[in-house]
Amino acid sequence: MIRRLLCLLLAATAVGAAAPQPAQQLKAGVLSPAMAAPELKLAATDGKPLSLANYRGKVVLLAFGFSNCGEVCPITLATLAGARKKLGTDGANVQVVYVTVDPERDDAAQMKKFLGSFDATFVGGVGTRAEIDAAQKSYGISSTKTAHAGGGYSIGHSSSVYMIGRDGKLRAVMPYGHPVDDFVHDLKILLRG
Amino acid sequence: MSRALRWLWLIPLVVVLAATGWAGFAPIEAASREKLFEIPKGTYARRMSGDKVEILPAEIRLTLGVKDVLLLRNLDDVPQVFGPTIMMPGQSFRLPFERAAEYDFVCTAHASGKMTIRVEDEPVMPWQKIQWRFREWREKQAG
Repeated sequence: MIRRLLCLLLAATAVGAAAPQPAQQLKAGVLSPAMAAPELKLAATDGKPLSLANYRGKVVLLAFGFSNCGEVCPITLATLAGARKKLGTDGANVQVVYVTVDPERDDAAQMKKFLGSFDATFVGGVGTRAEIDAAQKSYGISSTKTAHAGGGYSIGHSSSVYMIGRDGKLRAVMPYGHPVDDFVHDLKILLRG
Repeated sequence: MSRALRWLWLIPLVVVLAATGWAGFAPIEAASREKLFEIPKGTYARRMSGDKVEILPAEIRLTLGVKDVLLLRNLDDVPQVFGPTIMMPGQSFRLPFERAAEYDFVCTAHASGKMTIRVEDEPVMPWQKIQWRFREWREKQAG
């Protein structure tokens, strides 16, 4: 009798262990079903055409901003640089792509200098106003220019980070303000997938 | 009047006290932590024809630890921008919250173009639980 009970207990344990575990939840907002990330038709700050297909096999963190941004962009870029660093060797499998919303002032050289101050591996996306508008539209990015009284302008813009899986599918979107650890948490999951 | 009938008035009082006690002290539990909202098919077309249809509330309240995940489904035929992302037709967006705050998002499903999400701490004190349950009940009644 005791032997039978032990067998039943072992069988139940085995079934429990084999049962599928619930998928680990991301801190970011998850899009379901995941669809192919809209392709970018821009120039990259490394002088080549910018295509997300070039980064297949890596997790791409895509965001939009501009080099004269005084608040949001530096925080976002410092956070992304911190996350890559904290991932250690796995950070090499994460590619940050930062597309300008200010093509009038941000050329390839300007963006390269700006992004390089955070992480030399970051790639910028630049182009004509029409090309940037098309990229913004495909990701639902809004931007509004506000003129300053003393000349010049600033731009209010969507500040989320799009997380594109190794397969090129848009998996998740991290709203602005999440700390480095939240990115590290999600990147570890996405790098496994 | 019999002795038993004289104490009849106590029954509603006991019921009210018991209900208040439950509402104030019983732990708040939810079958799911997700609060679901759907953008119905035809929303964009209706808006384009001049109908100022409002399918999502202007403000959504979430409660940490109870209902702290916003789940949006785009059943419309066109992409919809909700705050941090664009949702393709048939896609859903599941956004968890971990901090109590007020979040303002761009939202094309609203005629105003924006939406506020108010995330509150989990009610702990009895009066907070009563208030939370009353609000939930009112929201359910409003449909």
